[in-house]
Amino acid sequence: MNNIVILPILLPLIVGVVLLLFAKNLKVQRVISGVTAFALLGLSLYIAHIVYYDGIHTLALGNWQAPFGIVLVADLLAALMVILTSIVGLACLFFAFQTLSEERQKGYFYPFYFFLLTGVNGAFLTGDLFNLFVFFEVMLISSYILIVHGGTKYQLRESLKYVLINIFASGLFIVGVAYIYGVTGTLNMADLSVKVAELEQQGILNVIAILFLIVFGMKGALFPLYFWLPKSYYGPPAAIAALFGGLLTKVGIYAIFRTFTLIFYHDPGFTHNIILFLAGATMFFGVLGAVSQFDFKRILSFHIISQVGYMVMGLGIFTPLAIAGAIYYIAHHIIVKAALFLFAGATQKVTGTTDLKKMGGLLKTHPYLGWLFFIAAISLAGIPPLSGFFSKFALLLAGIQEGRYFIVVVALVVGLLTLFSMMKIFIYAFWGEQKLTDEEAKKRPVGKLLLPIAPLVLLSIALGLAAEPIFQFSLVVAEQILDPSIYINSVLNKE
Amino acid sequence: MLKTTTTIVAFIILAFSVFLFFAGHNNPGGGFIGGLMTAAALLLLYVAFDVKTIKRVLPFNYTTMIAVGMLIAAGTGIASMLGGFPFLTQFDKYVTFPILGKVHLTTALPFDLGVYLVVVGVALLSILTIAEDDA
Repeated sequence: MNNIVILPILLPLIVGVVLLLFAKNLKVQRVISGVTAFALLGLSLYIAHIVYYDGIHTLALGNWQAPFGIVLVADLLAALMVILTSIVGLACLFFAFQTLSEERQKGYFYPFYFFLLTGVNGAFLTGDLFNLFVFFEVMLISSYILIVHGGTKYQLRESLKYVLINIFASGLFIVGVAYIYGVTGTLNMADLSVKVAELEQQGILNVIAILFLIVFGMKGALFPLYFWLPKSYYGPPAAIAALFGGLLTKVGIYAIFRTFTLIFYHDPGFTHNIILFLAGATMFFGVLGAVSQFDFKRILSFHIISQVGYMVMGLGIFTPLAIAGAIYYIAHHIIVKAALFLFAGATQKVTGTTDLKKMGGLLKTHPYLGWLFFIAAISLAGIPPLSGFFSKFALLLAGIQEGRYFIVVVALVVGLLTLFSMMKIFIYAFWGEQKLTDEEAKKRPVGKLLLPIAPLVLLSIALGLAAEPIFQFSLVVAEQILDPSIYINSVLNKE
Repeated sequence: MLKTTTTIVAFIILAFSVFLFFAGHNNPGGGFIGGLMTAAALLLLYVAFDVKTIKRVLPFNYTTMIAVGMLIAAGTGIASMLGGFPFLTQFDKYVTFPILGKVHLTTALPFDLGVYLVVVGVALLSILTIAEDDA
């Protein structure tokens, strides 16, 4: 009986519905959505607090006990993801206030923004496989609308591909759910975990595990299923692209973490080696794409792919240290990636383009923008005092301890290429000859746009400076998800 | 001919859709199919007459209808939360009314009403948006 667990899902849903009623009143919409975003942040921090001190909280919806009803489960990993969701949601919302045109804001932007958060929070908190599918759809349908929102020609073309690929992935998800229901007869994740461990049908369970890996890999942009991502994320305005870049692929990654630590850990020699191979390929090809591009937003989109690889690498190595590194990396990546996409939006507002070759000398005219971007960029590449370093360090250390030298080498090379492409952005956009005249630069101040971004950058610095406590926390999370019996006992009430 | 038939048939369909809606607890039916059937009856009216006439007769704002439906559905869940039960806990009771006799009242019915309103709203909003799109 912990109704608090449903509030991160219920609050954005109700607010989204209420905002439908005030679609034409911009002021009311902004006030309500701003207050809600802060409330969500407070709520998620409170949930994480009680989960950390009292253990996993579960809620049996409709008072039907697991495994017969749907349960919502807030363990440490889910609570952490909900916090990150609300942080990014808050920053992107305030960025949207300032950058979206009035016409777009009136076109039901805020309701769908909150429906998206409903879907994302629901996917993190649910303890039921089919319910996970439903929340995936809530998230995806909102994302279809947000990605085509505004209706430019480019957006229409790329969102068609995005919709097609995701409908196909959702169809496969249903097939996977049908197979596993056929084999085990249950859909509750904790119960599935018990049944999968008892069954001695490794062959078919491996097939189902790979099917789920394909499904979530398509949502989470793993090699070779990432081809849709760079173009779809290029279309929508920066506030939406930042939300997508920060959150959506990470829901797929979270689902991979959840299924492959809770359900399919029966044959890690097979499944987790495949994951490790995919991680290496994803990292490498993603960063190759980034190096080849000359566009601010496209470089960032390709970087999402390569960094998803790091997270999955942690899962593939499958030791507490590696999982902790991956969790730290997810937290770092969500914050920094959202910040970088918002920087792309701010730069676009100033220069009127995202093409790096048409920019130059922004450091002279907009120094704060330049240096804050520099911090975020080297944090992404993993330079020591910042958050990107410690998470990658843990992953590399775990890789060396387990003797997976090849993936460690790939990760190091990818880190170097990441640094190279981020510096390419910095050199082309911020150094060099000033392309804007002084008057133009004065007319286009960046001022308030930095307000939602600066906290994200500060948070990234704080994550790096407070690496020790945060790493301890990640280790606690990792130990919790690596011991499924904790999850199973708290869901199925077997004390 | 079409208009005369429609005025009669539409009411039969509407009555059947309401029957389906209430039958849902013990027989095939429920909010979704009842809502679709209602939408079909209204659509028949839109086809037989024209959009402007029907809009004057039925001045519904379908966006508001969707929002109200979702609020009702979520509200039944929140009501059980306020009573100290988990979200969406269902309650039922047999109540004897003067004329109707013994009636089985459930809180699943308001939830279904929410589903019903959302389905009617979504179906008609999509069809009318496409119908009125001149661009």
